[in-house]
Amino acid sequence: MTAVMGTPMLRKEDPKLLTGENKFVDDIQVAGQLWMGMVRSPHAHAKVGTIDTSAAAAADGVHAVYTGAELAEMGLWAAPLPCAWPVTEDMVNPPHFPAAAEEVHHVGEIVAVVLADSRYGAVDAAELVEVDYEVLPAVASIAAARDGDNNAHSDLDSNKAYSWALEPNPEGVDAAFANAAHTVKGEFVQQRLIPAAMEPRGVLAIPSPAGGEVTLYSATQVPHILKVMIAATTGIPENKLRIIAPAVGGGFGAKLNVNPDELLAVTLANKLGRAVRWTETRSEAAFSTHQGRGQLQTIEVASDENGKISGVRVHLDADMGAYMMLITPGVPLLGSFLYTGVYDVPAFGFTCDGYFTNLTPTDAYRGAGRPEASYAIERAMDMLANEVGVGPDEIRRRNYLAGGGPFENLETASTLVFDSGNYAPNLDAALALAKYDELRAEQQSRRDAGSSKQLGIGLCTYVEICGLAPSRALAGLNYGAGGWEHATVRFLPTGKVEVVSGSTPHGQGHETAWSMIVADKLGIDPNDVEVLHSDTAISPLGLDTYGSRSLAVGGVAIAMACDKVVDKSREIAAHQLEANPDDLEFTGGQFQVKGSPDKALPIQAIAYGAFTAHDLPDGMEPNMNEQMTFDPPNFAFPFGTHIAVVEIDEDTGNTELIDYIAVDDCGNQVNPLIVEGQLHGGIVQGVAQALWEGAEYDVDGNCKNPSLMDYLVPSAMEVPNIQTGYTTTPSTSNQLGVKGAGEAGTIGSAAAVINAICDALSPYGVTDMEMPATPQRVWKTINNAKAGA
Amino acid sequence: MKIDMTVNGDARSADVEARTLLVHYLRDDLGLTGTNVGCDTSSCGACTIHIDGESVKSCTMLAAQARDTEVTTIEGMADASGELHPMQEAFRQCHGLQCGYCTPGMVMAATSLLKENPSPSEAEVREGLEGNLCRCTGYHNIVKAVMTAAGGA
Amino acid sequence: MIPASFDYVEADSADAAIAALAEHGDEAKLLAGGHSLIPLMKFRLAAPSVLVDIGRLSDLSYINDGGDHIAIGALTRHSAIETSDLLTTNAPILAHVAGQVGDPSVRHRGTLGGSLAHGDPASDLPAALLALGGTLVAKGPNGEREIAITDFFTGFLETALAADELLTEIRVPKVPGAGWSYQKFNRRAQDWAIVGAAAVANGSTNVALVNMGPAPMRATAVEQALAGGASSADAAAVAAEGASPPEDLNGDAEYRTHLAQVLVGRALDEALG
Repeated sequence: MTAVMGTPMLRKEDPKLLTGENKFVDDIQVAGQLWMGMVRSPHAHAKVGTIDTSAAAAADGVHAVYTGAELAEMGLWAAPLPCAWPVTEDMVNPPHFPAAAEEVHHVGEIVAVVLADSRYGAVDAAELVEVDYEVLPAVASIAAARDGDNNAHSDLDSNKAYSWALEPNPEGVDAAFANAAHTVKGEFVQQRLIPAAMEPRGVLAIPSPAGGEVTLYSATQVPHILKVMIAATTGIPENKLRIIAPAVGGGFGAKLNVNPDELLAVTLANKLGRAVRWTETRSEAAFSTHQGRGQLQTIEVASDENGKISGVRVHLDADMGAYMMLITPGVPLLGSFLYTGVYDVPAFGFTCDGYFTNLTPTDAYRGAGRPEASYAIERAMDMLANEVGVGPDEIRRRNYLAGGGPFENLETASTLVFDSGNYAPNLDAALALAKYDELRAEQQSRRDAGSSKQLGIGLCTYVEICGLAPSRALAGLNYGAGGWEHATVRFLPTGKVEVVSGSTPHGQGHETAWSMIVADKLGIDPNDVEVLHSDTAISPLGLDTYGSRSLAVGGVAIAMACDKVVDKSREIAAHQLEANPDDLEFTGGQFQVKGSPDKALPIQAIAYGAFTAHDLPDGMEPNMNEQMTFDPPNFAFPFGTHIAVVEIDEDTGNTELIDYIAVDDCGNQVNPLIVEGQLHGGIVQGVAQALWEGAEYDVDGNCKNPSLMDYLVPSAMEVPNIQTGYTTTPSTSNQLGVKGAGEAGTIGSAAAVINAICDALSPYGVTDMEMPATPQRVWKTINNAKAGA
Repeated sequence: MKIDMTVNGDARSADVEARTLLVHYLRDDLGLTGTNVGCDTSSCGACTIHIDGESVKSCTMLAAQARDTEVTTIEGMADASGELHPMQEAFRQCHGLQCGYCTPGMVMAATSLLKENPSPSEAEVREGLEGNLCRCTGYHNIVKAVMTAAGGA
Repeated sequence: MIPASFDYVEADSADAAIAALAEHGDEAKLLAGGHSLIPLMKFRLAAPSVLVDIGRLSDLSYINDGGDHIAIGALTRHSAIETSDLLTTNAPILAHVAGQVGDPSVRHRGTLGGSLAHGDPASDLPAALLALGGTLVAKGPNGEREIAITDFFTGFLETALAADELLTEIRVPKVPGAGWSYQKFNRRAQDWAIVGAAAVANGSTNVALVNMGPAPMRATAVEQALAGGASSADAAAVAAEGASPPEDLNGDAEYRTHLAQVLVGRALDEALG
């Protein structure tokens, strides 16, 4: 067998997806199922008064109607919805139940649920429920929360949820700013984003009235975490719960939560003895699924006269939304360590205040804290370049860690140890691919000609944290779980292999990538490998998929389990070949005695021997079934250089992304086809934040653009082809040398695009552009700059 | 009300509520769940199918409006032996899908596009797919797949 | 997102549709392609108790040469208009603008008559028709009448059609050699125009705007300026005169006013150049 790792093997997942054979949650129908219809608050903040459910209850096909108060009285909740990341001891965490009983805190919060025997009947009946509300003042922005004129929760005396700091060297930071030759300060808005995975979320809970078990199908990224959390919040014993994530149509963080609908489906199915289901509609998703970002950032950078950074100081005000969901308060912390970017920063300080608002809760969204961090430091680097009077490439070169050369295991000012890096060659590769000098010449010639179509070139040299996470590091951040991942690799009697993966795919191609790892490790055909996942009865151990962790933790666990299989096979081979194990070499899927190629045994034949157990070493268990739980010793830190090229029509303010160049370094690649696809999608998601997307709210807390008609997820018409290139700096955190690529594109792209816009408009003195850079906003910024000039 | 139509070559007949959306008839009544629902505003195209050979968004049609037509869904694209339609094969070869949720609609929109314009430019492919949203691929490989299927790449 | 229940009536002729409208009054709505109405019904922003389906009246789907004009059946789909040789030759702006509506799948189902009768102020097609200067034919219990396109759009989602009238035909003048342009500005290709501007120059110049008020409109100040000898740039400067632009996430009145000037300027440059 030649190596398959590193080759662009076509995905094993695709035929089922291309033919419609795969089953997403809403595709699975069971007899006797009841559909939930959610009655949602139209107000962002209100006392719930009388609820009249009589008309709904009397409607055809309606089985039951429950108000939030009734659900509470029924004793369905053993605990509120969980927050797994209490970032400080005194963090405020208001109780959050699947349906509100007394007070609602965001538009769309559930106040009652209808159970009907059809999809349509549930929608009809939910409309018949009459609810009286006493409307209270809403806190509809971070600024309003900070001002504190009104409280998002009536029983709290402040909107402040927590204050958290990472200040390893406060005196150093103060000194850096006191002695700086140059300082720059950026104040940036990370607007709220609606994740908008193409598959809306959905649930189907199937009870076993006699046995007491409940099986939940959910469009989730985290079936294992969900199982633990559902047990904790409902009191249903964990051993009676089975969670299945069937085909899942994208996640991007939005499907890593524990949601009211999941708990309602499980508990009501258990209570009623009938299957209970619900599928989110797209416009409902703005209320029923958490959102991303939602931060106000202040970053200050101090440098010497040459632009060599001496200190970085950051403060965030972060919008929690109405409640703490699973990792809501931790998202800013995930970013906190990356505000020093890829730069040698002697002194760094970070503080963050979390605030409650009467808006949909925030939580992880592609990158979760890290795109925000990358955006702030990369925007600030361009500001510093302008201040010092050098180009954006040069300011970065002057500040790269290790002088831009190769390094391993280097500690940064934010207390992390970067596994490996080599930044200057990566920048050089991107500049070459972009034909950077030609772009600058083109930009100048347009300016000289007085063109109204300004060209802008924006750089971003990002770094991200992947491979979440070393469990001890999570303990230090007060996170409520570990960061390991589990794998089982077992030979079947016929020489085929089953892999049980603890990480759960929702579009990433785990089945293909894991097969490739196993194929190389065991010397077999990747098509002889079947990957099982996403069902807690089949894959009982796992910590699921988020934070670009699947390959760097879960994939590595599979490689290590394969090593154990090979070790055991070696013992059997040695026994059967009557050789010393140390005299055997394993190559091409077979063990052979060194120097005696005729004395050899294929590993697939050894598997059959382990099954028959006719001739195993004394005392050896008759199987080839190995497990590995891998807790990574360190994170992995992929990096890259992205260059956005934009054309701005000054007359309309329209920004067109005309080219995008990305040179990424995610360490060794298992499947370059998959890496490239992940980067393409991630880049467009970050570009979308820069140019099109943003959940907009009025002062009363109503979302003004919940549908895909108004929330502008871009189409093929809005984006160009993407030019990609790679450098390869293997990780030192795992045996495969892999890092992660799932979030990298998003982490690099928003800053690159906004840097490009600011670059285009720099002749007018424009130094910043709020996201999304709508045509109106760009046009007005140009006008204001011209008026001020 | 009574509705008759041909779906993937089979005559189908049913009695449905007049308000039944075509996509729900296909999914919930006929079990053809390859056609997906991704939005409620005709924006995303996940529900794209063919009626009489032309792409349409089946979430924005009543089942009643499709009476006496020839409907083709993603399940009707591969041949009986399981061999993928050339467009499906091109998506696979070009890695034009990740989570796969938008994919059936993309394939249906793309085949309709090529029927009307067999040799599109890259810009025409992008325009032809303007009503189909994907969150995973950034469209790069989808466009490549359609160009490949058209023989232009 | 599911429509509320309704009674479905299929009309097997225009007269049957008119009779059904007369019978059910305000409770009834006509269903053509459904691409304006069904989305509203799914959000329950429209909940007619009777839906009169005229979508299968094939005798209202045609594009015919009417001598000095092209006659288009009200149920002609956008895609048919977009690809019509007759229109591409004689009223190319209409074929072009039909290709700007929504996306290809929407254009396979949506109809010209349905779009016009819906009367959305941001719709593309009215711009082309207002600039061409067409005539609409409506049929009611008392027979047919003609309505000038300039008299058709009366307010926000309101038209000159009576509740019991059916739009049957759209007639557009043949202008084979005329200069024309449609400038649509939006942030995403499939979306409605933030502002759209159409111009047809055939001796005199007609200019129309969409999404600059509660209804699509002619930019009469621009037309008068041109007639008075103004340059394109000077005429474009008064593009928003008489408009009352809406305000939304995509643009406030100031921005739309500016866009109208820019887009009319570009449309005139293209149509007159």
